[in-house]
Amino acid sequence: MQPSSLGFAAGREAAPYAAHFAGRLLDPGKPAPPDVTDTGGGGAERRFGIYRNNVTVSLIGALAAIFPTTLRITGPEFFRAMARFHIRATPPTSPLLFEYGHDFAAFIAQYQHARSMPWLADVARIERAWLDAYHAADEAVLAMEPLAAVAPEALGATRFIAHPATRLLSSSYPAFSIFSANRQDAPVGPIMATEPEWTLVTRPVFDVEVRRISPDAAMMIEGLMAGDTLGRAAGEALATFADFDLPAAIAGLIEAGAFCGISTNGARDET
Amino acid sequence: MEPNNHAIGHRALRFPDYPIDGMAGTSFKHEHLPAILQQGRRQGFFEVHAENYMGDGGPPHRALSRIREDYPVSIHGVCLSIGGPQPLDRQHLTRFKALIERYEPALVSEHLAWSTHETTYFNDLLPLPYNADTLQHVAEHIDEVQETIGRQILLENPSSYLTFTESTMAETAFIRELARRTGCGLLLDINNVFVSATNLKTSALDYLADYPLDLVREIHLAGHATQSDENGELLLIDSHDGPVGDAVWKLYETVMVRTGPIATLVEWDSAIPDWLTLTREAAAAQAILDRGAVTDDRGARHAAV
Repeated sequence: MQPSSLGFAAGREAAPYAAHFAGRLLDPGKPAPPDVTDTGGGGAERRFGIYRNNVTVSLIGALAAIFPTTLRITGPEFFRAMARFHIRATPPTSPLLFEYGHDFAAFIAQYQHARSMPWLADVARIERAWLDAYHAADEAVLAMEPLAAVAPEALGATRFIAHPATRLLSSSYPAFSIFSANRQDAPVGPIMATEPEWTLVTRPVFDVEVRRISPDAAMMIEGLMAGDTLGRAAGEALATFADFDLPAAIAGLIEAGAFCGISTNGARDET
Repeated sequence: MEPNNHAIGHRALRFPDYPIDGMAGTSFKHEHLPAILQQGRRQGFFEVHAENYMGDGGPPHRALSRIREDYPVSIHGVCLSIGGPQPLDRQHLTRFKALIERYEPALVSEHLAWSTHETTYFNDLLPLPYNADTLQHVAEHIDEVQETIGRQILLENPSSYLTFTESTMAETAFIRELARRTGCGLLLDINNVFVSATNLKTSALDYLADYPLDLVREIHLAGHATQSDENGELLLIDSHDGPVGDAVWKLYETVMVRTGPIATLVEWDSAIPDWLTLTREAAAAQAILDRGAVTDDRGARHAAV
Protein backbone atom coordinates (compact mmCIF):
# COMPACT_ATOMS: atom_id res chain seq x y z
CA MET A 1 0.00 0.00 0.00
CA GLN A 2 1.21 3.49 -0.81
CA PRO A 3 1.75 5.67 2.25
CA SER A 4 -0.69 8.52 2.52
CA SER A 5 0.44 12.01 1.67
CA LEU A 6 -0.28 12.87 5.30
CA GLY A 7 2.16 10.24 6.58
CA PHE A 8 0.95 7.60 8.99
CA ALA A 9 2.28 6.69 12.40
CA ALA A 10 5.69 5.08 12.24
CA GLY A 11 5.71 1.67 10.64
CA ARG A 12 1.95 1.31 10.40
CA GLU A 13 0.21 0.83 7.12
CA ALA A 14 -3.26 2.21 6.81
CA ALA A 15 -6.05 -0.31 6.97
CA PRO A 16 -7.88 -0.10 3.64
CA TYR A 17 -11.46 0.25 4.91
CA ALA A 18 -11.43 4.05 5.01
CA ALA A 19 -9.76 4.37 1.61
CA HIS A 20 -12.32 1.96 0.15
CA PHE A 21 -15.17 4.08 1.48
CA ALA A 22 -13.60 7.42 0.72
CA GLY A 23 -13.01 6.62 -2.94
CA ARG A 24 -16.67 5.67 -3.44
CA LEU A 25 -18.75 7.92 -1.19
CA LEU A 26 -18.87 10.85 -3.61
CA ASP A 27 -18.90 8.76 -6.78
CA PRO A 28 -22.27 7.10 -7.47
CA GLY A 29 -20.80 5.37 -10.53
CA LYS A 30 -18.65 3.06 -8.41
CA PRO A 31 -19.87 -0.12 -6.71
CA ALA A 32 -19.85 -0.65 -2.94
CA PRO A 33 -16.45 -1.46 -1.36
CA PRO A 34 -15.29 -5.09 -1.73
CA ASP A 35 -14.96 -5.62 2.03
CA VAL A 36 -18.57 -4.97 3.10
CA THR A 37 -21.59 -7.28 3.03
CA ASP A 38 -25.25 -7.40 3.91
CA THR A 39 -26.58 -9.79 6.57
CA GLY A 40 -26.37 -12.85 4.34
CA GLY A 41 -22.83 -12.41 3.05
CA GLY A 42 -24.14 -10.84 -0.16
CA GLY A 43 -23.48 -7.50 -1.79
CA ALA A 44 -24.35 -4.32 0.04
CA GLU A 45 -25.06 -1.76 -2.69
CA ARG A 46 -28.21 -0.37 -1.14
CA ARG A 47 -26.69 -0.46 2.34
CA PHE A 48 -23.53 1.32 1.24
CA GLY A 49 -25.85 3.72 -0.54
CA ILE A 50 -27.15 4.87 2.86
CA TYR A 51 -23.70 6.26 3.71
CA ARG A 52 -23.34 7.71 0.23
CA ASN A 53 -26.73 9.36 0.56
CA ASN A 54 -26.01 10.65 4.08
CA VAL A 55 -22.78 12.28 2.90
CA THR A 56 -24.30 13.89 -0.19
CA VAL A 57 -27.53 15.04 1.44
CA SER A 58 -25.79 16.40 4.53
CA LEU A 59 -23.24 18.36 2.51
CA ILE A 60 -25.93 19.76 0.20
CA GLY A 61 -27.79 20.67 3.39
CA ALA A 62 -24.68 22.39 4.72
CA LEU A 63 -24.44 24.54 1.58
CA ALA A 64 -28.18 25.25 1.71
CA ALA A 65 -27.78 26.47 5.29
CA ILE A 66 -24.86 28.73 4.39
CA PHE A 67 -26.47 30.06 1.17
CA PRO A 68 -30.24 30.34 1.89
CA THR A 69 -30.66 33.43 -0.32
CA THR A 70 -28.95 31.76 -3.26
CA LEU A 71 -31.27 28.80 -2.73
CA ARG A 72 -34.33 31.02 -2.63
CA ILE A 73 -33.33 32.70 -5.88
CA THR A 74 -32.58 29.48 -7.76
CA GLY A 75 -35.24 27.27 -6.18
CA PRO A 76 -34.41 24.02 -4.38
CA GLU A 77 -34.08 21.74 -7.43
CA PHE A 78 -31.62 24.00 -9.20
CA PHE A 79 -29.69 24.58 -5.98
CA ARG A 80 -29.41 20.90 -5.11
CA ALA A 81 -28.12 20.02 -8.57
CA MET A 82 -25.58 22.84 -8.47
CA ALA A 83 -24.51 21.97 -4.92
CA ARG A 84 -24.12 18.29 -5.83
CA PHE A 85 -21.65 19.18 -8.58
CA HIS A 86 -19.74 21.38 -6.17
CA ILE A 87 -19.46 18.90 -3.28
CA ARG A 88 -18.15 16.23 -5.66
CA ALA A 89 -15.59 18.60 -7.12
CA THR A 90 -14.70 20.37 -3.85
CA PRO A 91 -15.68 18.41 -0.75
CA PRO A 92 -14.98 19.99 2.65
CA THR A 93 -11.41 19.83 3.92
CA SER A 94 -12.23 20.95 7.46
CA PRO A 95 -14.49 19.31 10.05
CA LEU A 96 -15.79 22.81 10.77
CA LEU A 97 -18.70 22.90 8.33
CA PHE A 98 -19.29 26.60 8.91
CA GLU A 99 -15.99 27.08 7.06
CA TYR A 100 -17.30 25.21 4.01
CA GLY A 101 -18.40 26.95 0.82
CA HIS A 102 -15.62 29.51 0.43
CA ASP A 103 -15.16 28.20 -3.13
CA PHE A 104 -18.88 28.00 -3.90
CA ALA A 105 -19.25 31.52 -5.34
CA ALA A 106 -16.36 30.92 -7.75
CA PHE A 107 -18.04 27.64 -8.75
CA ILE A 108 -21.35 29.43 -9.35
CA ALA A 109 -19.59 32.06 -11.48
CA GLN A 110 -18.51 29.36 -13.95
CA TYR A 111 -21.56 27.08 -13.58
CA GLN A 112 -23.05 26.73 -17.03
CA HIS A 113 -26.68 26.65 -15.93
CA ALA A 114 -26.30 29.86 -13.89
CA ARG A 115 -25.11 31.99 -16.80
CA SER A 116 -28.44 33.77 -17.03
CA MET A 117 -27.86 34.99 -13.43
CA PRO A 118 -24.41 36.62 -13.65
CA TRP A 119 -24.98 38.33 -10.29
CA LEU A 120 -25.70 35.07 -8.43
CA ALA A 121 -22.05 34.45 -7.47
CA ASP A 122 -21.86 37.91 -5.89
CA VAL A 123 -25.00 37.22 -3.84
CA ALA A 124 -23.35 33.99 -2.66
CA ARG A 125 -20.22 35.96 -1.70
CA ILE A 126 -22.32 38.20 0.54
CA GLU A 127 -23.84 35.12 2.19
CA ARG A 128 -20.46 33.53 2.80
CA ALA A 129 -19.22 36.84 4.29
CA TRP A 130 -22.31 36.92 6.53
CA LEU A 131 -21.32 33.57 8.05
CA ASP A 132 -17.69 34.67 8.42
CA ALA A 133 -18.95 37.67 10.38
CA TYR A 134 -21.29 35.50 12.47
CA HIS A 135 -18.42 33.34 13.77
CA ALA A 136 -15.75 36.07 13.90
CA ALA A 137 -13.95 36.85 17.15
CA ASP A 138 -15.65 39.07 19.73
CA GLU A 139 -14.18 42.58 19.87
CA ALA A 140 -15.74 45.80 21.07
CA VAL A 141 -16.26 48.12 18.11
CA LEU A 142 -14.55 51.48 17.79
CA ALA A 143 -16.67 54.39 19.05
CA MET A 144 -16.35 58.00 17.92
CA GLU A 145 -14.62 59.20 21.11
CA PRO A 146 -11.11 57.72 20.62
CA LEU A 147 -11.04 59.20 17.13
CA ALA A 148 -12.24 62.59 18.39
CA ALA A 149 -9.40 62.54 20.91
CA VAL A 150 -6.74 62.34 18.16
CA ALA A 151 -5.01 65.68 17.57
CA PRO A 152 -6.07 67.13 14.19
CA GLU A 153 -2.50 67.10 12.89
CA ALA A 154 -2.19 63.38 13.73
CA LEU A 155 -5.40 62.31 11.95
CA GLY A 156 -3.79 61.87 8.54
CA ALA A 157 -1.31 59.31 9.90
CA THR A 158 -3.97 57.38 11.84
CA ARG A 159 -4.62 53.78 10.89
CA PHE A 160 -7.85 51.89 11.54
CA ILE A 161 -8.04 48.30 12.71
CA ALA A 162 -10.87 46.42 11.00
CA HIS A 163 -13.17 44.51 13.33
CA PRO A 164 -12.71 40.72 12.88
CA ALA A 165 -16.25 40.50 11.48
CA THR A 166 -15.89 43.23 8.85
CA ARG A 167 -16.09 42.21 5.18
CA LEU A 168 -16.29 44.41 2.09
CA LEU A 169 -17.71 43.07 -1.17
CA SER A 170 -17.86 44.67 -4.58
CA SER A 171 -20.13 43.64 -7.39
CA SER A 172 -20.55 44.77 -10.99
CA TYR A 173 -24.24 44.08 -10.39
CA PRO A 174 -26.78 45.25 -7.78
CA ALA A 175 -25.86 42.26 -5.61
CA PHE A 176 -26.83 43.96 -2.35
CA SER A 177 -30.31 44.83 -3.64
CA ILE A 178 -30.85 41.29 -4.88
CA PHE A 179 -29.49 39.80 -1.64
CA SER A 180 -31.60 41.95 0.67
CA ALA A 181 -34.80 41.47 -1.36
CA ASN A 182 -34.40 37.69 -1.14
CA ARG A 183 -32.96 37.31 2.36
CA GLN A 184 -36.41 37.42 3.95
CA ASP A 185 -39.65 35.52 3.61
CA ALA A 186 -41.89 38.17 2.04
CA PRO A 187 -42.64 38.01 -1.70
CA VAL A 188 -39.97 39.64 -3.85
CA GLY A 189 -41.11 42.40 -6.19
CA PRO A 190 -39.19 43.55 -9.26
CA ILE A 191 -35.68 44.81 -8.46
CA MET A 192 -35.15 48.06 -10.34
CA ALA A 193 -31.49 48.59 -9.42
CA THR A 194 -28.97 48.15 -12.22
CA GLU A 195 -25.87 49.87 -10.80
CA PRO A 196 -22.82 48.12 -9.41
CA GLU A 197 -23.07 47.93 -5.61
CA TRP A 198 -20.69 47.72 -2.66
CA THR A 199 -21.72 45.74 0.39
CA LEU A 200 -20.35 46.10 3.92
CA VAL A 201 -20.84 43.23 6.40
CA THR A 202 -20.27 43.96 10.10
CA ARG A 203 -21.23 42.68 13.54
CA PRO A 204 -21.46 45.85 15.65
CA VAL A 205 -23.02 44.42 18.80
CA PHE A 206 -24.60 40.97 18.66
CA ASP A 207 -26.07 40.51 15.22
CA VAL A 208 -24.55 40.53 11.77
CA GLU A 209 -25.52 43.58 9.72
CA VAL A 210 -25.35 43.90 5.95
CA ARG A 211 -25.56 47.32 4.32
CA ARG A 212 -24.90 48.95 0.99
CA ILE A 213 -22.23 51.63 1.09
CA SER A 214 -21.37 54.28 -1.46
CA PRO A 215 -18.47 53.72 -3.88
CA ASP A 216 -16.40 56.52 -2.31
CA ALA A 217 -16.77 55.18 1.24
CA ALA A 218 -16.04 51.71 -0.12
CA MET A 219 -12.85 52.91 -1.73
CA MET A 220 -11.73 54.50 1.53
CA ILE A 221 -12.47 51.51 3.75
CA GLU A 222 -10.82 49.20 1.25
CA GLY A 223 -7.65 51.24 1.71
CA LEU A 224 -8.06 51.35 5.50
CA MET A 225 -8.60 47.58 5.68
CA ALA A 226 -5.43 47.11 3.63
CA GLY A 227 -3.52 49.11 6.28
CA ASP A 228 -3.37 52.51 4.58
CA THR A 229 -3.36 55.63 6.75
CA LEU A 230 -6.52 57.72 6.86
CA GLY A 231 -4.71 60.41 4.89
CA ARG A 232 -3.86 58.10 2.06
CA ALA A 233 -7.18 56.20 1.96
CA ALA A 234 -9.24 59.41 2.09
CA GLY A 235 -6.95 61.08 -0.44
CA GLU A 236 -7.53 58.33 -2.99
CA ALA A 237 -11.29 58.50 -2.48
CA LEU A 238 -11.21 62.30 -2.87
CA ALA A 239 -9.11 62.04 -6.03
CA THR A 240 -11.69 59.74 -7.60
CA PHE A 241 -14.88 61.24 -6.18
CA ALA A 242 -14.74 65.04 -6.09
CA ASP A 243 -17.79 65.33 -3.81
CA PHE A 244 -16.58 62.72 -1.29
CA ASP A 245 -17.92 63.65 2.17
CA LEU A 246 -15.11 62.38 4.40
CA PRO A 247 -16.63 63.13 7.85
CA ALA A 248 -19.94 61.51 6.87
CA ALA A 249 -18.14 58.47 5.48
CA ILE A 250 -16.08 57.98 8.67
CA ALA A 251 -19.14 58.46 10.87
CA GLY A 252 -21.09 55.93 8.80
CA LEU A 253 -18.34 53.31 8.96
CA ILE A 254 -17.91 53.75 12.72
CA GLU A 255 -21.66 53.54 13.26
CA ALA A 256 -21.67 50.31 11.23
CA GLY A 257 -19.05 48.89 13.60
CA ALA A 258 -16.47 48.38 10.87
CA PHE A 259 -13.49 48.98 13.16
CA CYS A 260 -12.31 47.90 16.58
CA GLY A 261 -9.45 50.30 17.13
CA ILE A 262 -7.12 52.96 15.76
CA SER A 263 -3.37 53.34 15.88
CA THR A 264 -1.39 56.50 15.83
CA ASN A 265 2.40 56.31 15.35
CA GLY A 266 2.12 52.56 15.15
CA ALA A 267 0.69 52.21 18.66
CA ARG A 268 -2.73 50.63 18.81
CA ASP A 269 -5.30 52.63 20.72
CA GLU A 270 -8.03 50.30 21.92
CA THR A 271 -11.60 51.48 22.26
CA MET B 1 -21.14 49.06 23.10
CA GLU B 2 -20.81 49.01 26.88
CA PRO B 3 -17.28 49.65 28.08
CA ASN B 4 -17.31 46.55 30.30
CA ASN B 5 -17.97 44.21 27.40
CA HIS B 6 -14.56 42.61 27.67
CA ALA B 7 -15.08 42.00 31.36
CA ILE B 8 -17.96 39.62 30.60
CA GLY B 9 -15.92 37.72 28.01
CA HIS B 10 -15.40 34.00 28.51
CA ARG B 11 -12.07 34.25 30.29
CA ALA B 12 -13.68 35.84 33.33
CA LEU B 13 -16.38 33.17 33.62
CA ARG B 14 -16.32 30.16 35.87
CA PHE B 15 -19.48 28.16 35.49
CA PRO B 16 -21.35 26.39 38.29
CA ASP B 17 -20.60 22.70 38.76
CA TYR B 18 -24.14 21.41 38.23
CA PRO B 19 -24.75 17.66 38.69
CA ILE B 20 -25.95 15.71 35.65
CA ASP B 21 -26.44 12.21 37.09
CA GLY B 22 -29.89 10.77 36.59
CA MET B 23 -31.12 13.71 34.53
CA ALA B 24 -32.82 13.79 31.16
CA GLY B 25 -31.53 16.37 28.67
CA THR B 26 -32.06 17.59 25.14
CA SER B 27 -29.95 18.74 22.22
CA PHE B 28 -29.44 22.51 22.45
CA LYS B 29 -30.82 24.43 19.49
CA HIS B 30 -30.48 28.21 19.32
CA GLU B 31 -34.06 28.70 18.17
CA HIS B 32 -35.20 27.30 21.53
CA LEU B 33 -33.11 29.69 23.64
CA PRO B 34 -35.85 32.31 24.23
CA ALA B 35 -38.32 29.60 25.33
CA ILE B 36 -35.72 27.95 27.56
CA LEU B 37 -34.91 31.24 29.29
CA GLN B 38 -38.57 32.17 29.61
CA GLN B 39 -39.51 28.98 31.44
CA GLY B 40 -36.94 29.67 34.16
CA ARG B 41 -34.32 27.26 35.39
CA ARG B 42 -35.45 23.64 35.49
CA GLN B 43 -33.92 20.24 36.02
CA GLY B 44 -32.10 18.89 32.98
CA PHE B 45 -29.04 19.33 30.79
CA PHE B 46 -28.16 20.30 27.24
CA GLU B 47 -25.89 18.57 24.77
CA VAL B 48 -24.10 20.36 21.94
CA HIS B 49 -22.02 19.19 19.02
CA ALA B 50 -18.50 20.41 19.73
CA GLU B 51 -17.80 21.50 16.17
CA ASN B 52 -20.66 24.02 16.13
CA TYR B 53 -18.85 26.01 18.81
CA MET B 54 -15.39 26.09 17.32
CA GLY B 55 -15.75 29.50 15.71
CA ASP B 56 -13.83 32.38 17.27
CA GLY B 57 -16.83 34.23 18.71
CA GLY B 58 -20.27 35.58 17.92
CA PRO B 59 -23.81 34.42 18.69
CA PRO B 60 -23.04 30.66 19.12
CA HIS B 61 -20.71 31.28 22.06
CA ARG B 62 -23.05 33.87 23.51
CA ALA B 63 -25.94 31.37 23.43
CA LEU B 64 -23.94 28.48 24.89
CA SER B 65 -22.45 30.68 27.62
CA ARG B 66 -25.93 31.78 28.62
CA ILE B 67 -27.19 28.20 28.78
CA ARG B 68 -24.12 27.06 30.67
CA GLU B 69 -24.80 29.62 33.42
CA ASP B 70 -28.02 27.78 34.29
CA TYR B 71 -27.43 24.16 33.21
CA PRO B 72 -24.86 21.41 32.99
CA VAL B 73 -23.83 20.71 29.41
CA SER B 74 -22.50 17.69 27.59
CA ILE B 75 -20.03 18.27 24.76
CA HIS B 76 -20.46 15.70 22.02
CA GLY B 77 -17.68 15.53 19.45
CA VAL B 78 -18.73 14.51 15.97
CA CYS B 79 -15.58 14.99 13.91
CA LEU B 80 -12.49 13.71 15.75
CA SER B 81 -12.55 10.67 13.45
CA ILE B 82 -11.09 8.39 16.12
CA GLY B 83 -12.27 5.31 14.21
CA GLY B 84 -10.20 6.18 11.15
CA PRO B 85 -6.78 4.70 10.36
CA GLN B 86 -4.96 8.00 9.95
CA PRO B 87 -3.51 10.11 12.77
CA LEU B 88 -5.87 12.45 14.55
CA ASP B 89 -6.02 16.05 13.36
CA ARG B 90 -3.92 17.79 16.03
CA GLN B 91 -5.31 21.20 15.22
CA HIS B 92 -8.83 19.90 15.66
CA LEU B 93 -7.92 18.17 18.90
CA THR B 94 -6.48 21.43 20.20
CA ARG B 95 -9.76 23.18 19.41
CA PHE B 96 -11.64 20.39 21.21
CA LYS B 97 -9.48 20.86 24.30
CA ALA B 98 -10.01 24.63 24.29
CA LEU B 99 -13.78 24.20 24.05
CA ILE B 100 -13.82 21.83 27.02
CA GLU B 101 -11.70 24.21 29.09
CA ARG B 102 -14.00 27.06 28.19
CA TYR B 103 -17.35 25.45 29.00
CA GLU B 104 -16.43 22.96 31.76
CA PRO B 105 -18.89 20.31 30.53
CA ALA B 106 -20.23 17.60 32.82
CA LEU B 107 -19.70 15.00 30.07
CA VAL B 108 -17.48 14.72 26.98
CA SER B 109 -18.15 12.11 24.30
CA GLU B 110 -17.18 10.97 20.81
CA HIS B 111 -18.15 8.25 18.34
CA LEU B 112 -16.74 4.89 17.42
CA ALA B 113 -16.61 6.03 13.80
CA TRP B 114 -14.56 8.04 11.34
CA SER B 115 -15.44 11.07 9.22
CA THR B 116 -12.20 12.29 7.62
CA HIS B 117 -9.96 10.47 5.17
CA GLU B 118 -6.75 12.10 3.95
CA THR B 119 -7.96 15.69 3.62
CA THR B 120 -11.67 15.14 2.91
CA TYR B 121 -14.25 15.61 5.64
CA PHE B 122 -17.36 13.54 4.81
CA ASN B 123 -19.75 14.89 7.46
CA ASP B 124 -21.01 11.42 8.33
CA LEU B 125 -20.23 8.83 11.00
CA LEU B 126 -18.60 6.11 8.93
CA PRO B 127 -18.02 2.52 10.07
CA LEU B 128 -14.93 0.42 10.69
CA PRO B 129 -14.18 -3.30 10.91
CA TYR B 130 -13.64 -4.74 14.37
CA ASN B 131 -10.35 -6.64 14.61
CA ALA B 132 -6.97 -6.56 16.37
CA ASP B 133 -5.56 -3.88 14.04
CA THR B 134 -8.44 -1.46 14.39
CA LEU B 135 -8.62 -2.11 18.14
CA GLN B 136 -5.00 -1.06 18.44
CA HIS B 137 -5.28 2.19 16.50
CA VAL B 138 -8.64 3.25 17.94
CA ALA B 139 -7.29 2.65 21.45
CA GLU B 140 -4.28 4.83 20.61
CA HIS B 141 -6.61 7.55 19.36
CA ILE B 142 -8.74 7.45 22.51
CA ASP B 143 -5.57 7.58 24.63
CA GLU B 144 -4.43 10.62 22.68
CA VAL B 145 -7.75 12.42 23.10
CA GLN B 146 -7.94 11.70 26.83
CA GLU B 147 -4.31 12.72 27.41
CA THR B 148 -4.83 15.94 25.46
CA ILE B 149 -7.99 17.05 27.22
CA GLY B 150 -6.95 15.65 30.60
CA ARG B 151 -10.17 13.79 31.27
CA GLN B 152 -12.21 10.74 30.37
CA ILE B 153 -14.31 10.62 27.22
CA LEU B 154 -17.40 8.51 26.68
CA LEU B 155 -17.38 6.39 23.52
CA GLU B 156 -20.65 6.02 21.61
CA ASN B 157 -21.67 2.83 19.81
CA PRO B 158 -22.53 3.44 16.12
CA SER B 159 -25.61 2.67 14.05
CA SER B 160 -24.70 0.06 11.45
CA TYR B 161 -26.09 -0.67 8.00
CA LEU B 162 -23.59 -3.30 6.83
CA THR B 163 -20.76 -5.48 8.10
CA PHE B 164 -17.10 -5.83 7.17
CA THR B 165 -15.65 -9.12 6.00
CA GLU B 166 -12.51 -8.21 7.96
CA SER B 167 -14.30 -8.01 11.31
CA THR B 168 -13.20 -10.71 13.75
CA MET B 169 -14.76 -9.31 16.95
CA ALA B 170 -18.31 -8.52 18.02
CA GLU B 171 -18.95 -4.79 18.51
CA THR B 172 -19.67 -5.35 22.22
CA ALA B 173 -16.36 -7.16 22.72
CA PHE B 174 -14.54 -4.45 20.74
CA ILE B 175 -16.05 -1.69 22.85
CA ARG B 176 -15.39 -3.53 26.12
CA GLU B 177 -11.75 -4.04 25.19
CA LEU B 178 -11.35 -0.39 24.15
CA ALA B 179 -12.71 0.70 27.52
CA ARG B 180 -10.41 -1.73 29.34
CA ARG B 181 -7.32 -0.51 27.48
CA THR B 182 -8.03 3.22 27.61
CA GLY B 183 -10.17 3.75 30.70
CA CYS B 184 -12.79 5.54 28.61
CA GLY B 185 -16.42 5.46 29.70
CA LEU B 186 -19.32 4.64 27.44
CA LEU B 187 -22.20 6.48 25.87
CA LEU B 188 -24.85 3.89 25.11
CA ASP B 189 -27.04 4.98 22.19
CA ILE B 190 -30.05 2.70 22.54
CA ASN B 191 -31.55 3.83 19.25
CA ASN B 192 -28.29 2.82 17.56
CA VAL B 193 -28.46 -0.59 19.26
CA PHE B 194 -31.99 -1.08 17.93
CA VAL B 195 -31.20 0.27 14.45
CA SER B 196 -28.08 -1.92 14.10
CA ALA B 197 -29.80 -5.04 15.43
CA THR B 198 -32.66 -4.60 12.96
CA ASN B 199 -30.36 -3.85 10.03
CA LEU B 200 -27.94 -6.69 10.78
CA LYS B 201 -30.65 -9.15 11.88
CA THR B 202 -29.23 -9.60 15.35
CA SER B 203 -30.86 -9.20 18.76
CA ALA B 204 -30.81 -5.88 20.60
CA LEU B 205 -31.38 -7.70 23.90
CA ASP B 206 -28.42 -10.00 23.23
CA TYR B 207 -26.31 -6.93 22.44
CA LEU B 208 -27.30 -5.28 25.71
CA ALA B 209 -26.69 -8.52 27.64
CA ASP B 210 -23.14 -8.60 26.28
CA TYR B 211 -22.46 -4.86 26.57
CA PRO B 212 -20.52 -3.52 29.61
CA LEU B 213 -23.40 -1.56 31.12
CA ASP B 214 -21.37 -0.81 34.26
CA LEU B 215 -19.22 1.61 32.21
CA VAL B 216 -22.14 3.65 30.82
CA ARG B 217 -22.21 7.29 31.94
CA GLU B 218 -24.70 8.61 29.37
CA ILE B 219 -27.53 7.28 27.26
CA HIS B 220 -28.84 8.55 23.93
CA LEU B 221 -32.42 8.04 22.81
CA ALA B 222 -33.56 9.08 19.33
CA GLY B 223 -36.03 8.46 16.57
CA HIS B 224 -35.30 6.57 13.35
CA ALA B 225 -36.67 6.37 9.83
CA THR B 226 -37.61 3.24 7.85
CA GLN B 227 -36.37 2.04 4.44
CA SER B 228 -35.64 -1.31 2.80
CA ASP B 229 -32.71 -2.81 0.91
CA GLU B 230 -32.76 -4.39 -2.58
CA ASN B 231 -33.96 -7.70 -1.11
CA GLY B 232 -36.87 -5.98 0.55
CA GLU B 233 -35.28 -6.31 3.98
CA LEU B 234 -36.17 -3.65 6.53
CA LEU B 235 -33.51 -0.99 7.02
CA LEU B 236 -33.72 1.54 9.83
CA ILE B 237 -31.96 4.87 9.41
CA ASP B 238 -30.56 6.70 12.44
CA SER B 239 -32.24 9.96 11.45
CA HIS B 240 -32.82 11.83 14.77
CA ASP B 241 -35.79 13.54 13.13
CA GLY B 242 -38.73 12.40 15.23
CA PRO B 243 -39.92 11.07 18.58
CA VAL B 244 -38.22 8.10 20.24
CA GLY B 245 -39.71 4.83 18.99
CA ASP B 246 -41.69 2.48 21.26
CA ALA B 247 -39.15 -0.33 20.92
CA VAL B 248 -36.36 2.04 21.99
CA TRP B 249 -38.36 3.18 25.05
CA LYS B 250 -38.84 -0.47 26.03
CA LEU B 251 -35.14 -1.23 25.68
CA TYR B 252 -34.38 1.89 27.71
CA GLU B 253 -36.60 0.70 30.57
CA THR B 254 -34.89 -2.68 30.43
CA VAL B 255 -31.48 -1.01 30.74
CA MET B 256 -32.61 1.33 33.53
CA VAL B 257 -33.79 -1.61 35.63
CA ARG B 258 -30.28 -3.05 35.41
CA THR B 259 -28.20 0.12 35.79
CA GLY B 260 -30.23 2.61 37.81
CA PRO B 261 -30.50 6.24 36.65
CA ILE B 262 -27.95 7.52 34.08
CA ALA B 263 -27.88 10.91 32.35
CA THR B 264 -30.10 10.48 29.28
CA LEU B 265 -30.26 12.62 26.16
CA VAL B 266 -33.22 12.84 23.82
CA GLU B 267 -31.28 13.37 20.60
CA TRP B 268 -33.71 15.10 18.28
CA ASP B 269 -31.55 17.35 16.11
CA SER B 270 -33.06 17.12 12.64
CA ALA B 271 -36.56 18.36 11.69
CA ILE B 272 -36.36 20.02 15.10
CA PRO B 273 -39.70 20.39 16.91
CA ASP B 274 -40.79 23.28 19.11
CA TRP B 275 -39.43 23.49 22.64
CA LEU B 276 -42.61 22.18 24.28
CA THR B 277 -42.57 18.98 22.18
CA LEU B 278 -38.92 18.42 23.03
CA THR B 279 -39.47 18.96 26.77
CA ARG B 280 -42.31 16.42 26.73
CA GLU B 281 -39.98 13.84 25.21
CA ALA B 282 -37.35 14.60 27.85
CA ALA B 283 -40.00 14.45 30.59
CA ALA B 284 -40.91 10.93 29.44
CA ALA B 285 -37.27 9.90 29.90
CA GLN B 286 -37.11 11.68 33.25
CA ALA B 287 -40.16 9.75 34.49
CA ILE B 288 -38.38 6.47 33.73
CA LEU B 289 -35.21 7.75 35.40
CA ASP B 290 -37.12 8.80 38.52
CA ARG B 291 -38.79 5.41 38.76
CA GLY B 292 -35.33 3.86 38.77
CA ALA B 293 -34.20 6.28 41.48
CA VAL B 294 -37.11 5.18 43.70
CA THR B 295 -36.16 1.54 43.16
CA ASP B 296 -32.57 2.42 44.05
CA ASP B 297 -33.65 4.07 47.31
CA ARG B 298 -35.66 1.03 48.31
CA GLY B 299 -32.72 -1.19 47.51
CA ALA B 300 -30.47 0.99 49.66
CA ARG B 301 -32.95 0.89 52.56
CA HIS B 302 -33.27 -2.86 52.34
CA ALA B 303 -29.51 -3.13 52.31
CA ALA B 304 -29.32 -0.91 55.39
CA VAL B 305 -31.83 -3.08 57.22
